[in-house]
Amino acid sequence: MIEFLSQPWAWYVSGPLIALVMFLLLWAGGEFGVSATLRSMCAIGGAGRKVKFFDFNWKNQVWNLVFVAGAVIGGFIADQFLSNPTALALSQKTIADLSTLGVNFEGGLAPMEIFNWSNLFTVKGFLIMIVGGFCIGFGTRWAGGCTSGHAISGLSNLQIASLIAVIGFFIGGLFMTHVLFPFIF
Amino acid sequence: MKYIKYLIIGILFGIVMTKSEAISWYRIQEMFRFQAFHMYGIIGSALAVGVLMIQLIKRRKLKNIEGEPIQFNNKQFSIWRYLLGGSIFGLGWALTGACPGPMYTLLGNGFTVFIVVIASALLGTLVYGLIRDQLPH
Repeated sequence: MIEFLSQPWAWYVSGPLIALVMFLLLWAGGEFGVSATLRSMCAIGGAGRKVKFFDFNWKNQVWNLVFVAGAVIGGFIADQFLSNPTALALSQKTIADLSTLGVNFEGGLAPMEIFNWSNLFTVKGFLIMIVGGFCIGFGTRWAGGCTSGHAISGLSNLQIASLIAVIGFFIGGLFMTHVLFPFIF
Repeated sequence: MKYIKYLIIGILFGIVMTKSEAISWYRIQEMFRFQAFHMYGIIGSALAVGVLMIQLIKRRKLKNIEGEPIQFNNKQFSIWRYLLGGSIFGLGWALTGACPGPMYTLLGNGFTVFIVVIASALLGTLVYGLIRDQLPH
């Protein structure tokens, strides 16, 4: 059983399971939208005293923070008990493209040569992790949601606004990958 | 105790995101380079099932565990906030290879430096809150 679960999960298993997560959250009385937790944490930290946007009753959002705590634990469980010993089946073209940029394919989920603590203090590491993180927080709040809130929840509910947001996600992602990456890497 | 269900759903989410490799920086690069179907398959099949589920909830008027009807907030229509905010998020998504869900799940996977990515995302959210009146929505 563990061996079976430790294989990489196919897209047609994973996608419907993500939809199931959305359904379970609705059934439990919440909704599927991860980036809202960032706003809640700002409110818990006291930002509501100075900024109206964070002046709301964050206690109604505690369930979402518990959900993301579960997402951390789930990542830990998958890594400790269900990890796959073979390398990620990444496209050869992607491996070649990344190697032109100087990024080696290490076989894991993310390049350790980039996502490590000492790399934070390099220009490249700063841009990728600090500026990248800032864009995630700023952009998702401006757009009112992230991949879960717009691409999954919003599009599942046939919201035009979410479609525009997802188009935006791809404009930014494609511009970064194809135009800015050669300058950063 | 009322929170335990959210913890369990979160654990399921973290396992699915890891085993599907949707939290992988490499997979996000592959997606933005259109070099594999994998990520599109995940998002597409999640959506196909999601649309059916939401239709079912609406037509059958399903109730949540508290016995209240499940409600959906329609997103207010506009262009600028979604297009511009979405694009800025997209820049961060390609750089870090993570959207907010994976940011958390990668922490559990041992990429501890993602605590800094999350802290930066908090700062980004805070700055948005400070200047939101100056931004087009």
